[in-house]
Amino acid sequence: MTEEIIIAGFGGQGVLSLGQTLCYAGVIENKEVSWMPSYGPEMRGGTANCITIISDQKISSPIVTKFDTVIALNQPSLDKFENSVKQNGLLIYEASTIINSPKRTDINVLPVDAANEATKLKNNRVMNMIILGAFLQKKPILKIETILEGLKKVLPDRYHHLLPLNEQALKKGMELAEKVNVVVDI
Amino acid sequence: MKELKLMKGNEALAEAAIRSGCDAYFGYPITPQSEVLEYLSTYAEQRTGMLVLQAESEVAAINMIYGAGGTGKRVMISSSSPGISLMQEGISYIACAEIPCVIVNVVRGGPGLGTIQPSQGDYFQAVKGGGHGDYKLIVLAPSTVQEMADFVPRAFELAFKYRNPVMILTDGALGQMMEKVELFEPIPRKTNIEPWATVGKPKTRERNILTSLHIEPDKMEQINLHLQAKYKTIQGNEIEYETYKCDDADVILTAYGLVARICKKSADLAREKGIKVGVFRPITLFPFPYKQLSKLSGKIKGILDVEMNAGQMVEDVRLAVEGKIPVEFHGRMGGIVPAPDEILQKIVRMDFFREEKFAGELI
Repeated sequence: MTEEIIIAGFGGQGVLSLGQTLCYAGVIENKEVSWMPSYGPEMRGGTANCITIISDQKISSPIVTKFDTVIALNQPSLDKFENSVKQNGLLIYEASTIINSPKRTDINVLPVDAANEATKLKNNRVMNMIILGAFLQKKPILKIETILEGLKKVLPDRYHHLLPLNEQALKKGMELAEKVNVVVDI
Repeated sequence: MKELKLMKGNEALAEAAIRSGCDAYFGYPITPQSEVLEYLSTYAEQRTGMLVLQAESEVAAINMIYGAGGTGKRVMISSSSPGISLMQEGISYIACAEIPCVIVNVVRGGPGLGTIQPSQGDYFQAVKGGGHGDYKLIVLAPSTVQEMADFVPRAFELAFKYRNPVMILTDGALGQMMEKVELFEPIPRKTNIEPWATVGKPKTRERNILTSLHIEPDKMEQINLHLQAKYKTIQGNEIEYETYKCDDADVILTAYGLVARICKKSADLAREKGIKVGVFRPITLFPFPYKQLSKLSGKIKGILDVEMNAGQMVEDVRLAVEGKIPVEFHGRMGGIVPAPDEILQKIVRMDFFREEKFAGELI
């Protein structure tokens, strides 16, 4: 199994921490991981992204241009990376702010109404965990327990009281994804 | 049980410095390596008593290294391209005075202030001597976060073995990316006093002098001859390189650092198409593995050298190959990282493949 993912969105949406959570969980499950962030002015301009690779084998290139999964959290990211999904790959996007939906028909598309669901959970910042839950429902490459373990390492101690809420958000994401009839190969 | 951590390259490097028993670090912040100073400022002193100091400038920092290194302690400095340029005078002095130290360059796109994205544009500066005079740094080029950690104790070992500055030449991507790291057991800080160190003269010996100023040309030539002999010994003893699927390869990609691992992916992609591609990666850039590459070039049809610059290491590749086979080059500049499939496209467009009948199908 090698899963090459790019996660993209605005700074503050939890793009980088989403990737890190996957990586920490990967390390716990003894997989090879790599996390390559965009950094510098690129991020200060508003868009952040990170390439996250989880694999059973050693990872050669940490930078790739085609992805098994693209996770887009805003319109510019969707526009930029729609064409970077591998054929039959998975495109997950946060649906509430998207005006122009993806056009491709040779990929699996999973819109998730994560921002609104996060508002219902009374914390907008768990939006990324809802997305992560949706991803893991379609591609169960890592166990939920290890994801939660990983999250403990990403969240600073002072936010650890929010772990149950994050777990709730993960499960919400899985629930939402389950309702969408998309079947993907891993 | 070994200690496994998920770390940024810069953090791994800083952690490795603490674990290498480094005595002092001097630096000045610059993206993309500021995490080194940040990490050391947070953890180093309380753990080992290591001195960590943010100097007022890069010029000051390298001269602090000259002074602190003169006491025979383990000293380290890090910066990124423009900062390393500022240090060149000091580095030349340190090389001449034979002060062991570790210099880290987390390279960014140039020339000038350039970008903060990864680059390999400082190969010439690192390998051919960026400062004045005939001197050499030992240059190590890590290609994983694991090696960002492992090369630090190796660099200290080489620095003291040869009383020579050692450079770890890496780049912004390796500095910023996170990977799994297995951390080595901490090495205690030094307690022995080097016989050449300037730490006060006891009555039992003559005074030690560390200087790069020798007014007499005869004396200066002797110093030069001594340095050149030392560099020759280093070339004989310390070459390190890695080969990937080279045994049956028709084409070899030559690359170092981050690009070498991208090339491994390109080689795998090429093999899926039935083209036998391997990767030759120099780990020590000085000393460069000329003989090893020369020997390998007798068995292959061509080389594609890939770098994040306009073609720097390719000159050493050509020196090694001595015109026996064609050497082509592919480079990206200014902070752009070449992608695996982009390199693959370059492979199938090599002159060597154009002559083959199947080339048309591959493009």
